[in-house]
Amino acid sequence: MTSMTKVLSDSGVITWRNVVNVRRNPEWLLGATVFPIMFVLLFAYVFGGAIGGPGGGGLAYREFLIAGIFAQTVAFNSSYTVIGFANDLQKGIIDRFRSLPMSRFAVIVGRTTADQVLSVVVLVVLSVCGLAIGWRIRGSVVDAVLGYLMILLFAFALSWVGAYIGLITPSVEVANSAGLIWMFPLTFISSAFVPQESLPGVLRTIADWNPFTAAVNATRDLFGNVSPPGWPEPSGWPAENAALYAIISSIAIIAIFAPLATARYRRVASK
Amino acid sequence: MSDTDKGVAVRARGLVKNYGMTRALDGVDLEIPTGQVLGLLGPNGAGKTTTVRILTTLLRPDSGEAEVAGHDVLTDPDGVRRSIGLSGQYAAVDENLTGFENLYLVARLYGQRKAQARRRSRELLARFRLDEAADRPAKGYSGGMRRRLDLAGALVGSPSVVVLDEPTTGLDPRGRIEMWEVIEQLVATGATVLLTTQYLEEADRLADSVVVIDRGKVIAEGTPDELKNQSGGERLELVVGSAEELPLAMRVLGEIGSGEPTVDGRARRVDVLVDTGTKALVEALRRLDAQNVVVQDAGLHRPTLDDVFLSLTGRGTGEEVPS
Ligand SMILES: Nc1ncnc2c1ncn2[C@@H]1O[C@H](COP(=O)(O)OP(=O)(O)O)[C@@H](O)[C@H]1O
Ligand SMILES: [Mg+2]
Repeated sequence: MTSMTKVLSDSGVITWRNVVNVRRNPEWLLGATVFPIMFVLLFAYVFGGAIGGPGGGGLAYREFLIAGIFAQTVAFNSSYTVIGFANDLQKGIIDRFRSLPMSRFAVIVGRTTADQVLSVVVLVVLSVCGLAIGWRIRGSVVDAVLGYLMILLFAFALSWVGAYIGLITPSVEVANSAGLIWMFPLTFISSAFVPQESLPGVLRTIADWNPFTAAVNATRDLFGNVSPPGWPEPSGWPAENAALYAIISSIAIIAIFAPLATARYRRVASK
Repeated sequence: MSDTDKGVAVRARGLVKNYGMTRALDGVDLEIPTGQVLGLLGPNGAGKTTTVRILTTLLRPDSGEAEVAGHDVLTDPDGVRRSIGLSGQYAAVDENLTGFENLYLVARLYGQRKAQARRRSRELLARFRLDEAADRPAKGYSGGMRRRLDLAGALVGSPSVVVLDEPTTGLDPRGRIEMWEVIEQLVATGATVLLTTQYLEEADRLADSVVVIDRGKVIAEGTPDELKNQSGGERLELVVGSAEELPLAMRVLGEIGSGEPTVDGRARRVDVLVDTGTKALVEALRRLDAQNVVVQDAGLHRPTLDDVFLSLTGRGTGEEVPS
């Protein structure tokens, strides 16, 4: 086998192993389906009335919300990589991998890719749930597919950050929080749930430049979903070039964290 | 048996490794002739795992060199990895995968094709008596089953050098004996084995030669028999019926043994080192019986790592030495 095919084959095998691993975990069904659906329902019906405003609430807000929930759920899946690596380190499985004649890179790619495989499953579940509460894809099928790919690309980039975090955390316990904690500011200080214009002062600037906002805006646009009537349209370069900005940020994140995670993997030793 | 012409499978020279202020290895040399089993024997913290990690390319030594199956661990780690199978100190089993999936995963990573990987995995599961549990998640496996699965993982690639770090630590006596049988089968296939252990008994049963390390240094080497003899042979132990009989028992053991007997008054126990094994035991019982001493318990104990240690270093394995 040439080295390139070995890297691909190793990555595929590791992806398979990680997907099976998460799927066999009883928490997975809850995390992958019940929680996101509950989130959709909570935001749509509990906060929806207040956030959407008296005129624009209800259905219009739900249409706005879906792209945000999709992106958030998929972003959160990077925590599988964080916890997975911490677990593998603790259990000595990384030692086993490092003693095998396999591609080092594949161990990480197999993690970040597995997150996206799981994400596709979750997106199907969420889409059905979205359709049930009145969300519709208003653009072309091609655009809709590009919309899904947009959030998957961004989530893939986040999984590389997750890989680095998982490889530097000292224990599984720390990884459990470390994998999730940065997700909250990242996904909430954004246009996922509220118009970014409504945020005060510095939070608005952060939201405007948050690549997550760009990914959400681009996907929303590709789905053909618009803001509820009367909401301010986002403005500024990142908002006007949302897809481009989201793609550039994703590539930049991968360009930074892939080498960091790979270098870390080389030195890391199981505890 | 002469193995010199068959070559050396593992050779390490002057391995040094520091962790901060701790000198984990302080110039370790070892050599394993092809097809032989070397027992690396030492107490907790002696540097066994550190040695194993260097030889399996998981760790770079601060200085020193090592070659495994003809490949240098520093300049050709991939060559080393293709030639070895490692079963680490803690079983590296993926609990959510079945036994079969665990082995299949490793087989694929060794570069085997799907059909071959499947065949090899099933074959090893049968050999390690895991075929019944093969398709259940490893989560439900006992400690002994996990250990065997981990060892099977080390053998998937049919490596010429197998490295086992404390393969029986933490197992119950039955699990330990099962593991010994499995390792003996492995040895019969002609693999070169590096085995670390804290038990002289284990090295005695499995290893052709033994290297004893302590605080990162090799303090003795030889065959298991040579080491046992060095520690003064076996220990004969008696428990008598009443404390009044202790002086008499001590006198008898003093005559039979090769050293000074020691006594534990509260347990009414006397023991002494003997050279002649069961003969000494029979002789002691005969003489005590002739004097009407009631012997409640009697036994011969093979020397343990502790005994070897005591004779080599003048201290037990558990004793801290100020450095
Ligand atoms: N990662 C580490 N960091 C710091 N000290 C370590 C590390 N690994 C091992 N040591 C120390 O190195 C010495 C040798 O350890 P080790 O090789 O694990 O011994 P053994 O396997 O014989 O029990 C011990 O003093 C241990 O505390
Ligand atoms: Mg150890």
